[in-house]
Parts: sequence; structure tokens; C-alpha cells
Amino acid sequence: MGAQKKGATARVSEDQEELARNPLQAILLADSFATTFRPITLERPKVLLPLVNIPMIDYTLAWLESAGVEEVFVFCCAHSKQVIDYLESSQWSSQPNFSVTTIESHNSISAGDALRLIYERNVIHGDFVLISGDTMSNMSLTQVLQEHKERRKKDANAIMTMVIKKSKPSPITQQSRLGTDELFMAINPVTKQLLCYEDKAERSKGFISLDKTLIADNPSIILHNDKQDCYIDVCSQEVLSLFTDNFDYQHLRRHFVKGLLVDDIMGYKIFTHEIHSSYAARIDNFRSYDTISKDIIQRWTYPFVPDILCGSSAIKVERQGAYRASDVTLSRSAHIGSFTFIGQGTKIGNDTKISHSVVGEGCTIGSNVTIEGSYIWNNVTIEDGCQLRHAIVCDGVIMRSGAVLQPGVILSFKVVVGQQFVVPAYSKVSLLQQPTQQDSDEELEYADNTSGTGELRYKLNGDIATDLSETAYELGTGGVGYIWSVFEGAQDEEWKHSVAPIPTDKLVKLMLDKDEDEEQLTQDGNVLSASGELKADSDDNGSEDDDNADSRDDYGFFEKEVEATFLRAVHENVKVDHAVLEVNALRLSYNMASVDCAGAIFYSMMKLAVESPHHSASELHRNAADIITKWQKLLKSFLHDIDEEIEVILKFEEMCLESAKEFAALFPQVLHLLYDKEILQEDAILRWADEKEGADESDKVFLKSSEKFVQWLKEAEEEDEDD
Amino acid sequence: MPDTQALVNDFLNKLKKRKIEGSQATAKQTAELLRSVISQTRVPYTNQAAALIQSVKAVGEGLIAANPVELAVGNVVRRVLHIIREEDLSLTTAAMAGLNLSAVSDDEDDVDGDNQPVLSAAAIAAASRSTLRPPSLQTLLEDVPDSAAVPHTSSSGGDSEGKSKSADKSSRSRKLKHDVIEAVNELIQDINTCHEQIAEQAVEHIHQNEVILTLGSSRTVLEFLCAAKEKKRSFRVFVAEGAPRYQGHLLAKELVTRGLQTTLITDSAIFAMISRVNMVIVGAHAVMANGGVIAPVGLNMVALAAQKHAVPFVVLAGSHKLCPLYPHHPEVLLNELRSPSELLDFGEFSDCLDFGSGIGAPLLHVVNPTFDYVPPKLVSLFITDTGGHNPSYIAEIYQLFVMSLRGEDMKFKSEIMKTNCIAGGNLVKS
Repeated sequence: MGAQKKGATARVSEDQEELARNPLQAILLADSFATTFRPITLERPKVLLPLVNIPMIDYTLAWLESAGVEEVFVFCCAHSKQVIDYLESSQWSSQPNFSVTTIESHNSISAGDALRLIYERNVIHGDFVLISGDTMSNMSLTQVLQEHKERRKKDANAIMTMVIKKSKPSPITQQSRLGTDELFMAINPVTKQLLCYEDKAERSKGFISLDKTLIADNPSIILHNDKQDCYIDVCSQEVLSLFTDNFDYQHLRRHFVKGLLVDDIMGYKIFTHEIHSSYAARIDNFRSYDTISKDIIQRWTYPFVPDILCGSSAIKVERQGAYRASDVTLSRSAHIGSFTFIGQGTKIGNDTKISHSVVGEGCTIGSNVTIEGSYIWNNVTIEDGCQLRHAIVCDGVIMRSGAVLQPGVILSFKVVVGQQFVVPAYSKVSLLQQPTQQDSDEELEYADNTSGTGELRYKLNGDIATDLSETAYELGTGGVGYIWSVFEGAQDEEWKHSVAPIPTDKLVKLMLDKDEDEEQLTQDGNVLSASGELKADSDDNGSEDDDNADSRDDYGFFEKEVEATFLRAVHENVKVDHAVLEVNALRLSYNMASVDCAGAIFYSMMKLAVESPHHSASELHRNAADIITKWQKLLKSFLHDIDEEIEVILKFEEMCLESAKEFAALFPQVLHLLYDKEILQEDAILRWADEKEGADESDKVFLKSSEKFVQWLKEAEEEDEDD
Repeated sequence: MPDTQALVNDFLNKLKKRKIEGSQATAKQTAELLRSVISQTRVPYTNQAAALIQSVKAVGEGLIAANPVELAVGNVVRRVLHIIREEDLSLTTAAMAGLNLSAVSDDEDDVDGDNQPVLSAAAIAAASRSTLRPPSLQTLLEDVPDSAAVPHTSSSGGDSEGKSKSADKSSRSRKLKHDVIEAVNELIQDINTCHEQIAEQAVEHIHQNEVILTLGSSRTVLEFLCAAKEKKRSFRVFVAEGAPRYQGHLLAKELVTRGLQTTLITDSAIFAMISRVNMVIVGAHAVMANGGVIAPVGLNMVALAAQKHAVPFVVLAGSHKLCPLYPHHPEVLLNELRSPSELLDFGEFSDCLDFGSGIGAPLLHVVNPTFDYVPPKLVSLFITDTGGHNPSYIAEIYQLFVMSLRGEDMKFKSEIMKTNCIAGGNLVKS
């Protein structure tokens, strides 16, 4: 009884604590501080762009509200007026137990600036949820908050909990399904502490580096590449002050998270929370816009799906995931395929086919139109016979009859596409001219409003003939709008982040590249990275002596490698010095002596001589002479003493017996040649001859054939001595 | 007393976010909300019934739109509207009988209907309908031909009755509100006790050494089975787990703690087990006008299996689940597609959902419907809190129910749902 009573009182006090706690707050960044959605974001902020016909920010706010957040601070920067106006007129301004406060700024250029400003305002009083206005989720915050609080009780340095979700990156493109780069995270599986966060891993190198102290400090680490960062963070107040202390922190991940992970002076820790059955994802680029739209239509975000969020406007889900508003005017012969959303008041003509697309409100679509995988916003007019594949078409666009949008096209607000005009793939079209200076990634999506609207009006009026003709030139007869050119260097990347699926030929190319890389990797093993840099691996030292068979195999590989290097040097006219370096690198990595190098190089040279075309022995001799003359320096640099020279002779002998019998007849001549070129010293030849004296008869074949030469050498030596 | 509007908004939100589970809870909360709406409504000097109906209708419309799938909301709203009319009617009859003014009021009502610009369009429509309509069961029973129009006329309709009676009327108004709240309380009580009332009949249906099969979890079924157990019946229960939410697991656990012999099987094993089963007892989400049942997904399969082996298929449903609509478009109107994550793990399938490669369209479509439609011919018996109903009288149950509803309320529902529901009067006639 006593225990029970105690338990009861404890609960009461806990409840009181719970009551006394601060209301759960959230900071919503209504600005992505990026330019990925240009040119659309020049005219409307990203958070107000419709996602399956509902502005993105509504999904985020609806989720926050249902997850129990009571106070949201919406930070607006670019187009702040539009965001504020929207919020004021929306349902969010009058919700009980859910207050939405806007914070406006015009000079913040990054998430870091935003958080610094919010810190100055002093409105956050406890743990808060940090999220951007383009994040969709239906997760429950209860568990992550509880985990965060418990960790905080034990360790005051645990200031942030990041939400992650499993999502496999594509093995071919090495990007996630949201179009972001493959993300590597090292996580302690027990404590869930985040130890490393790498989203820009060098693809060419194919590795990421971990600080070795991490391995020392943590009994186990799991390195994940199949986790997706949901960009939902539960933060403690310290996060804000950290941003203020480190005024150079701009980007939430690139600077803040990585900064904390690398710099352990402050000892702050970041933890992760993985969600399984719930959904969370952030719209980062056009590809994620496409992917998340499809996820919503497939109801992964339930209950945040159009038919429930819209409520009274009566959108119904029909078979095969077709969402249709109640007052759509649909021709009998029109075909609405699966996973399609048709908004209110839209009219669709005869024999039009629509599939996997979103069509907004008040659109007029003519006859024989094909729309596939496209996003058409509100009040768009599409005339007869148009074709749209994987495109985004903003409000008020007019497509004249027969116009075609190739995959990946973005048509910004009120663009007019002329008759029969084909807009090329991946082009972005806007009424606004492309800003001239190249923007960095950090730049905010802030349109110069005055010049923008001025230009807009002037365009629409179309007063000036030259201007009209220019645009007409760009978008066909009667077309209005500029096709933006792609910045230098970004051209190749365009397909990655576009709404269109990656073309098959690109995939095939990537796959081939990858196979090649892999081949090279397996072939080289730990030998050589592509750049010719060297990765010393000292561990091999011991094991090699243990196993003779192994080392022989190693020599075989080594010989092949040297030969390949030599041949490349010959064919690509590599400088001798460089060739020397490369062979040296090989020597080190295979742990060979310079004797082996000399042997291998000589072998390669002779082999080349044999393999180059020749008809007679004399021609072969000439070949050999040429090669030796040209590459003598390479050979010489590995011939430091007599032993190595003898090795060369032995090698030559071996070759004449086995692989290159053509040389058997030429043995003395070549020997002489080598002597002439000062590759072999007479001492070496004499020593060789001495050693061979005692050998078997069969071994003496070459000694005998070169007897004359040896004899001559001996005499010369004696003469020298005489002198 | 909290602000009603806040309460309404809160409830709307909960309905919208699908945060209330189960039709009993929804029905109860709806009734409670409407009770507070009624008690908060400022009663005008005269013609309170119209004011009450107006405010309940306004709230009700919102509630139904918030979650059109939860039919219990609409059912309760209709019941409450019906209560208001009933109470008003009985008061009016009493007053008129006392004052012997029936003929006068009849005339004046007609005049009012013609030249009252203040009259709301709906009221006019309702009034004219009630005059055009063939005499409904209600009016016939009450034997007061046109008094139904009284509550719909505007305040001046009351004025015509003379200022001398104003004192009487005001007392009447207070009485009306009081009576209505009393009646709504009774309704809430009914909803609360529907489980027990259904469970009371358990012994009549479950016999010694029988094998009962059920699917998923239903509070009504649980209470029903336990009631039989308490009456010393010894029987066994097969529980099909009810994928994808597996609520059958919870039911099995609960049954075992109450001492019942329980066997848990997969949904796909139902057909194999059905030959050993004596009776199938299941809960329902809603019972439609034609006797069809909207029930948790998988029940149609159970019903078909039961029919194949001639096993009785018994549906338990509280009267708040009886819905006067026809299931013309079950997949559109009466079903809800839930998140695919209940079926499979997103992470494991994320590569199948990568739209970046391939044709850029999802090849995998995961469908997770909440409900099944069981056609009336497959149902052997309904057990409601008003008693057991032989299956051949399903239509009769419905008629009993419809009889208790007024035509206007039927119309009200169908207007909102925009269905092809037959107008109230015709329903009563049929």
C-alpha cells in the first residue's frame, strides 16, 4: 500500500512538473536559403509552392500542430510579405492551442543568421523543434522528445537529436531517392550518438575518413549509407547560443553539425533518432519535389494527404490512387490514369491522357493532350495537342496548341509557350531574366523585387518590338519568356536534380563507369589509387615472409604491374623520371627489392622488343637496341650494385630459355650491347661467368655462346691491370 | 464553461486528424459536444426549436465534413435533431391542446410561409416540403396535421399567437431546452450502455461447447463473449489476427485474461478453420440502409467462408451504427485508405520507390483500405441494443430506425454527403 501511495504522489509531482513545463516550441524556417528552385522562387517563396495542390508550409504546420507543438515561430526572409499574408489569411492564424508567430528579416542570408536573430529576440524558452517549411512528416514527437529530455538529464552536452529514416541510396547514381548525395553517417549503435556526418563524400576516391580517436573512444561504430536525414531536429536552447558564439556558422549541416562533430573542445554531442513506420522527408530539389509528391499520393504521409487536409472541398480518392475534386469537367473520352490528382474547377478535353501527374485548380486542358509525370499548378491553359512529360508548370502558364515540353522542363509563372514549339529537356523558363552574376549555393532566394516586377510588367505589356522578337525567338511564335542558360559546370548535374527520371543512357554510362572503377579497385587492391598516390600498408610486411607461395605470386603480380607501367610509359611517352617514380611506388607497395625491379623492367623491355614486329634476328637485335638505348636510364636507376646487374643477366638467361627463345641466338650480342651502354659493368659479367663455371652443362649454354665476349672482357681487364 | 466554438474546433481537428478511434467513442463525443452546443445556444424569445436546430445543423455539417468516413457522427447529429423536433412537437401539442388554437395556427402558418422575407430559405423549403409531402408516419401518429411546420417559421410566427401568451411561451422555451438536454443525456446513456445491452443477449446465442470465430478486435464482441462466459457458458474462441493492424492479438490477450479458451489464427487460415466453427461473431463499423455492413477489412472473406460452410454470421452493432444511407459507392464514400506503412517497411522498400530511375512512376502500389463491405445476403443476424433481429427483417430494422427520423434530417445528411440518397419522405413511404 505504502509503495503504491508513494508511486501515486510521485506521479502527481511529475504531472505538476509536466504542467509547469514550457509549451513545446518550434522554429520553422520559411526560407531554404538555397537557389535550387529557381526560377520559380524568384516570384514566390518555396514554402508556398503547391505540393499536390496544397502549399508545402501547410503540411509542415499541420504536422507540427498534430504532434503537439503549441508555439511556432515562422522565420521569413525571402518574399516575407507573401508568407506573412498567406499565414494571416489561412486557418493557422485562428487555431486554439497553436500559435503561429512570424519573424521577419530582410538581411539574413543563411539559417545561421536566422537562428542568431531568433536568439536575440529571446523567445525560445526550452527545447524546441527546428524544421524548415518544406518538410513533410507524420511522425510522433513524443518518443524523440522523451529520449532527448532523458539524455539531457544525464548529459547536459547532448544538445541536439536528429531524426533519421532508412532509405537506400541508388547504387548506380549514388544519390538518395530524394536526389541528394549519398549520406554517410557513423553512429554509435548503443548510445545513438552521431559521430560522423558526411554528405559530400568524394566519389572518385570511394572512401571516407574517420578520425581514429572515434574508434578508440567508442566500443562499436556502425557506418550507415542507407539513412536519410529528415531535417527534423529536436534542439536545446544551447543550439541558438552556439550559433551566436560561432558567427561563421551558416549552414545547419555543413557548418553546425560538422563543426560540432569535428571540434570536440566544447564537448557538445548530437544524437540520432530513427523512425520506422512514420514518414519524414524534406524537399531539397526538383527530384525530391517529384518523389515526395508521389509519396503523398501513395498516402505514406497519412493522415496528411490531400483528401483529408482539404476536408470540405471534397476531394475523393478513386481506384488506382486517382484523386479528383468534386467539380471537375471531364470529357467522356479523356483518360485519367493512376496516381493522378485533378483539382477543383479544372476542365479536361477529349482524348486527353493524364497519368502520374498533379493538375491544380482552374486549369483548362484541351483535347489530345498527353500529360505524364508532370506537375501543373493553378489556372494553367494547355491547348490542344500539347505534350508534357515530367515537367513543372507554374500558375498562369499558357501553352499554345502543339507545344511540347521535354522531360525536366520548368515553366515559371505566366510563361507563354508558342505554337508547336518544343521546349528542350531540362530547360528552365521564366519571364524574369536570369540574374547575371553566378550565385553561390549559400545565396538566399531573394529576388530583387523592384527590378523584377518592373521587368515583368514591361514584358507582359510587350511594348517593345525588339524585346518581343527576342522572346518569340526563344519560345516560338507568340511565346513569352526567357530560357535560362545553365551555369558552367552545372550542365552535367542537371539530370540529377530534375523532376524527370534519369535517362537510361545516363544510367548505363554510370553503370559502366562504376564497373570500371570497381574492376580497377579489385585489380589494384590496395596498390594504387587512380591519381598514382600511394597508400602504404605496412601490415603486409610480416605476412609476406610467412608464405613463400604468396610472395611468388606477389612477384608474378608485381612483374605484370611493372610491365603494364612500362608499356604505358612507352606508349604515352611518359618521362623517364616519372616512370622511375611509378616503378618505385610499385616496389614499395609490393614490398619488393630493387633487384626485383631491375629484373622486371628488363623483362618488360625484352618482351616489348620481341613483341614488336621483326622478320630476322638482326631486326630483333635492332629493336632491342632501340629500346635499351631509350630506356637505359630507367633500368639503370634500379641497378645500384653488382648483384642487381647479375640478376638482370640471369633474368635474360631465363627469358632466352623460356618466354623469348628468339633471343637465344642473340644472347652474346645483347650482352655486349648492355655492356656498351654501361648498363652492365664488366665485373658483373665476370662474376656471372664465374658463378656459371660450376653449374650444370645445360645451364652453361649461354655462357658458352658468350665465351668469346667474356674472354675479351677478361683480357681487357688484365690489360688494365697491366697498366 | 469553455467556449463552445473552441470545443467544436478541437473536436473537428481530432476528427480530421483521425485521432478518435472507434465509432462508439466518436458517437459519444459527438453527442456530448452537441449537448454543450445546445446548452450554450442563446435561446431567442420565441421559436427556440428553430434556433437550436440551426445551431446543431451548423456544427453537425462541419463535423460530418471533417471525417465523412465516420458515419456515427452523422447518425448522432440526426438523432439529436430528431430529439429537438420531438420535444418541440410534444410541447406544442400540449400547448395547443390546452389553448385550443390549432385551427388558427394552421392558417397563420400558411400566411407566414408566404410573406415572411426573414424566413430562411431552408425553413421555407422545409415548410413547403412538409405541406407537399404525403403525411409522414410521424404526423399521422401525432394526429396534428401541419404542426410540423411550426418550428420552422420565424419569430413572427410566434408573434401571431398573441403577446398575451408570451409569458407562457417563454416558460415553454426554457422547458424545451431543458427537455432536449435531458433527451440528449438519455442518448449518451444509450450509447454508453450499448455494449451491456448487446452483451445481455449473449447467452441466448452462444451455447455450450461451441466454437466462435471472430476477426480483429471489437469492444462489443469482447463484452459479448465475456458476458456469455460469466453466465457459465463454456466455449472456445478462434481469433483471426486482422492484418494489417493485428488488433486480433490484443483481443486474444484480453480474452485469455478473462479466462476464455482462445486460439489465434492468421486471416488466411480462416477458410481452413471455418468448418470447425459454430458461429461467427463480429463487430461492424456501420450498418447501411440495405442491411449491408461496413466492417473492418477482411470480414467479407470471413462472411463468404461462413456462407460456404453454412455457419451463422452474426453482426453486433449499437444503434448509433445504423446509418440511413445506401452504400452505392462504397470504395469512394465509405472507405478510407490508410498509410501503406502499416503493411510494409518504407526503408526496406525505398529502392522500389526510387522514382529517379526507370520510368519515373511508381511500379509498386500499396493499398491499405480500412473497411470491407459485406452485402446483406451474407449476414445471418444483427444483434443491436434493441434486441436481436432475424436477418430477413433487416429492412425492417432499418424502417424502424427511419421511422424514428424526420424527413428533414434525412435530407440534411444527404445534402452534405452529395449522395444519391433517396429523399427522406420516399424512404418513409417505402
